Amino acid sequence: MPRIRTLFKALLMFALLVSGAARAEMTIEIVGGGASKHAIAVVPFKDEGSRVREALTPIIRSDLELSGVFRMVDGTAVANVPVEPADVRYPLWQAAGAQSIAIGKVEPVAGGQVKISFRLLDVAQKKQLTSGEFTVTPDRGREVAHTIADMIYEAITGQKGIFNTRVVYVLKNGRNYMLQVGLITDVDSNRAQTILRSKEPIISPSWSPDGRYLAYVSFESKKPVVWVQDLATGQRRAVANFKGSNSAPAWSPDGSKLAVVLTTTGNSQIYLVNTLGGAPRRLSYSDAIDTEPAFTPDGSQIYFVSDRTGGPQIYRMAVSGGQAQRVTWQGSYNVSPRVSPDGRTLTFIRREAGRFRVMAQDLTTGDVRALSDNGYNERPSFAPNGRMVLYASETGGKSVLYATTLDGSSKVKLAVINGEVQDPSWGPFNNPQ
Amino acid sequence: MNWKQLVLGTATVTLLAACASTKPAPVAPAGNNGAASSQATAPVDTGSSNQGNLSADPLHDPHSPLAKRSVYFDFDSSTVKSSDKPTVEAHAGYLKDHADRKVIIQGNTDSRGSREYNLGLGQRRAEGVKRSLEVLGVKESQVEAVSLGKEKPKATGNTEADFAENRRADILYNGE
Repeated sequence: MPRIRTLFKALLMFALLVSGAARAEMTIEIVGGGASKHAIAVVPFKDEGSRVREALTPIIRSDLELSGVFRMVDGTAVANVPVEPADVRYPLWQAAGAQSIAIGKVEPVAGGQVKISFRLLDVAQKKQLTSGEFTVTPDRGREVAHTIADMIYEAITGQKGIFNTRVVYVLKNGRNYMLQVGLITDVDSNRAQTILRSKEPIISPSWSPDGRYLAYVSFESKKPVVWVQDLATGQRRAVANFKGSNSAPAWSPDGSKLAVVLTTTGNSQIYLVNTLGGAPRRLSYSDAIDTEPAFTPDGSQIYFVSDRTGGPQIYRMAVSGGQAQRVTWQGSYNVSPRVSPDGRTLTFIRREAGRFRVMAQDLTTGDVRALSDNGYNERPSFAPNGRMVLYASETGGKSVLYATTLDGSSKVKLAVINGEVQDPSWGPFNNPQ
Repeated sequence: MNWKQLVLGTATVTLLAACASTKPAPVAPAGNNGAASSQATAPVDTGSSNQGNLSADPLHDPHSPLAKRSVYFDFDSSTVKSSDKPTVEAHAGYLKDHADRKVIIQGNTDSRGSREYNLGLGQRRAEGVKRSLEVLGVKESQVEAVSLGKEKPKATGNTEADFAENRRADILYNGE
């Protein structure tokens, strides 16, 4: 029963996430829309208002909307509230513009648990696309809703859903810094876990590929030092604490190494350190600033920023050594590179006419497009399915999180009400064991 | 990951670091019971300088050139302004006379943009001060150049005066 095991893992993660005291108050607000979205009707599940702590379908709808791929069909005007496939009056839903319809129910089972079942049906073909059944305690409905949204997303797009994946960011409140982790779908809902508090800055959090550890830079000892923290236990160790500054950690895809920036030569250069210890190996050689390393998904190359020709530009070098190649040629300031999970797209920040925009560069054709228009954005990162980019954006002295589709056509604002959100990073699919 | 091996690695790192920094308290394990999250460290006010110590150490004499702990830079420059050279010279003289004293130079930036790239820019300024001290005869082992990038601006406004205030490196003596 792999489905049950997945669910158990998801629930375990949920338990971990709710354990931390949350400070952020966020709301999801869709600020842009693409034209060609899949029209779906998510009919309220039978008894979802009474048998689980929180109604499921509002969560499913909000998740699907966040993806930028779905448009919700308002079913309230349709004279049909189906629970079973036989109840569905397809012509009515077709007339309402729905391409697919999700139906479901919540039933009591023994031991105070509930059974949540759902089906996704294709309206034109009148056939089932996917279905699922989950037996859980009533307080776990939210987690099931995210899993159902993942299944719907995968059935329609053929891509894995990201509604159970996590993000990390730094929340700054006055002089207090908090490193927080939460589901991408829950950053609006008070459920983020604070994994580190400090009176000194915390920057550059980076996920281990298995999602169990975070590397980050903390200034708690009067200088930047790279730490690795176990998310499950809270245990942490300094993994780069050399003379000078230590920063910009990036995990190798196999999780065994971290690319970091050290200054032992008197300038910022990129090194590789083993997460289990040992002497660092120098990777970049310049008399300039080399920083912000990011591995390609196959682990063979590193994209990084260097100002060896004047302003900061993005370069690529083989981990095995050799000459670095310049990758960005337009603009005088290109920083913060990240490679998409399929290795085809580079996202980064370009400064242009006082704006700091999120860009996407096709690594095959070299074509570059802007994913954001507004003033000041930082640190884009890809969703683990590669379909969206998360970044922080400052407007009116406040910074908030945005998630945008890769074509820039749909943006979701994850608004922070209480504090400034900085240096976000979207986590991997893998959940903690 | 094997933490024991990681500890060994960290020990190596600490040995390699010529100027060990204040050890932070480890975070408490994050509980599963809804308790408040881990406390990182006691706050360190890296921005403060004059401590008003009663000793006769010229370092604490408000009339000594050593009372000046900040040096400033022009826009996009890592060369110490000529007006601040006497400050660097005074600290060089003190450090040569007090071989047991160590300083940490914290570089800062005024810019927006990438936090990590700004860290590199601040490092460049701190290294500029470090080199100046070494040229004046201070031992390399007495000086550590680090960067705070744009993370700890002294001035938070948007005027040219604010920006100029943040194009700065601060000299901190060990124990301060």
